[in-house]
Amino acid sequence: MIELNNVHKAFGSKRVLDGIDLTINRGESMVIIGGSGTGKSVLLKCVLGLMTQDSGTITLDGEDTSKVDRDAFLARFGMLFQGGALFDSLPVWQNVAFRLLRGSLKRPRDEAREIAVEKLRRVGLTPDVADLFPSELSGGMQKRVGLARAIAAEPEIIFFDEPTTGLDPIMSGVINDLIREIVVEMGATAMTITHDMSSVRVIADKIAMLHDGRIQWTGPVSEMDASGDPYVTQFISGSAEGPIEAVR
Amino acid sequence: MTLITSPFAALGRTVLGFLAMIGRVAIFAGQAIGHIVRPPFYPREFLSALINVGYFSLPVVGLTAIFTGGALALQIYSGGQRFSAEAVVPQIVAIGMVRELGPVLVGLMIAARVTSSIAAEIATMKVTEQIDALVTLSTHPMKYLTAPRVLAAILVVPALVGIGDVIGIMGGYIVGTNQLGFAPGAYITNTWNFLEASDLISSLIKGAAFGFIAAVMGCYHGMNSGRGAQGVGRATKTSVEAAAVLILAANFLLTNFFFAT
Repeated sequence: MIELNNVHKAFGSKRVLDGIDLTINRGESMVIIGGSGTGKSVLLKCVLGLMTQDSGTITLDGEDTSKVDRDAFLARFGMLFQGGALFDSLPVWQNVAFRLLRGSLKRPRDEAREIAVEKLRRVGLTPDVADLFPSELSGGMQKRVGLARAIAAEPEIIFFDEPTTGLDPIMSGVINDLIREIVVEMGATAMTITHDMSSVRVIADKIAMLHDGRIQWTGPVSEMDASGDPYVTQFISGSAEGPIEAVR
Repeated sequence: MTLITSPFAALGRTVLGFLAMIGRVAIFAGQAIGHIVRPPFYPREFLSALINVGYFSLPVVGLTAIFTGGALALQIYSGGQRFSAEAVVPQIVAIGMVRELGPVLVGLMIAARVTSSIAAEIATMKVTEQIDALVTLSTHPMKYLTAPRVLAAILVVPALVGIGDVIGIMGGYIVGTNQLGFAPGAYITNTWNFLEASDLISSLIKGAAFGFIAAVMGCYHGMNSGRGAQGVGRATKTSVEAAAVLILAANFLLTNFFFAT
């Protein structure tokens, strides 16, 4: 279980997170929605330790994430970055098997390659993609490779940062379905940040609406449409009228 | 009153900012050394850096050295004629290349070629979240990106300097024997007899120091780059400027240390 208690983060005078309280239960798929620049990525980076919160605590299974062994902590996570964040200098299979080629999860090279090819197949890519370089792939393929890398070491927790940004609606649908299938199949805890409502409806068990540095509403996705929360209602409808200012 | 004090305040801020940057670079360099000696090690990245810094720099180092050696021979001959000292061309070319021009020119070429490429590569990795991805994959960016490049530069730049010294002397030899009328055997004998082990040792030590500076500057500015294409461009430009200036400053200090007495 991931718990955030009263988490604050500011950049200079700009308060990005202003007292975040959020609980993500084991095996649950939590989707955090909110407009661009509302601090969704910052929140995710604070949980992973890529940024340090100014105050408040973040715990994983009751342990303060700032005090745990970093390697053991990160070994439990997989992450799909918004732009894929694939390593340009490595072929696709080495990107996917990165964690399996070094560190505490190191495997023999042949075995790591086999796992990488299997994970690529799992995300709908053929084995001949394995020896290509990221620059030779389309945006959708890069996202799939990023997804394969996120699940390569079979993590307990997977984070997805804007998984469908920059993709066409069909490819977005494919990625959303894949994410849902993989999360259910692996029984993983998932935390996704997005402003794509089609992703939300496919991926989420629960959603949390982030605005003005605070969680404005949280609840099951099935209750989202009838939440009655003005922020959620405006966000779903995409209307310029409501408490969320169109010009931010 | 503000009109009078504001230039001083601006000057103070600049000086403080400069001192803070020196501190940050020094801490970064110390951390880089710490990561070189502490496991885990990444031999593939080290070998790749060795080839990039060393092997692929050979053409530019060779061409720079041969033209400089040739020009040096012409200059010494022409200047030497003024006081009938043309015969010292082999000796002065040798000492000039080995003690000074070889290390400095190779250092500056490495700053132009390697520092810029390291800074641009790491800065691009930063803006495309590849550095964050490394962290989430339990890999320390300093260990994976900085340590192999810095170690490779420390080891391979002295070799490049040695090669540059030899090619530079060869440039002087070609000009000396073909254009200035020196006998080939006598030119080589004079060069060989005049050089001392300390000349070569100082040359190689300078090479190691310049390699360290070039790689650290590339890594530091890459890791601390700003966002977007402008951030990458600025990091690359600043890294080369800083490396070139620091190499020349270090050259003065090392020359003072080796030869001032």
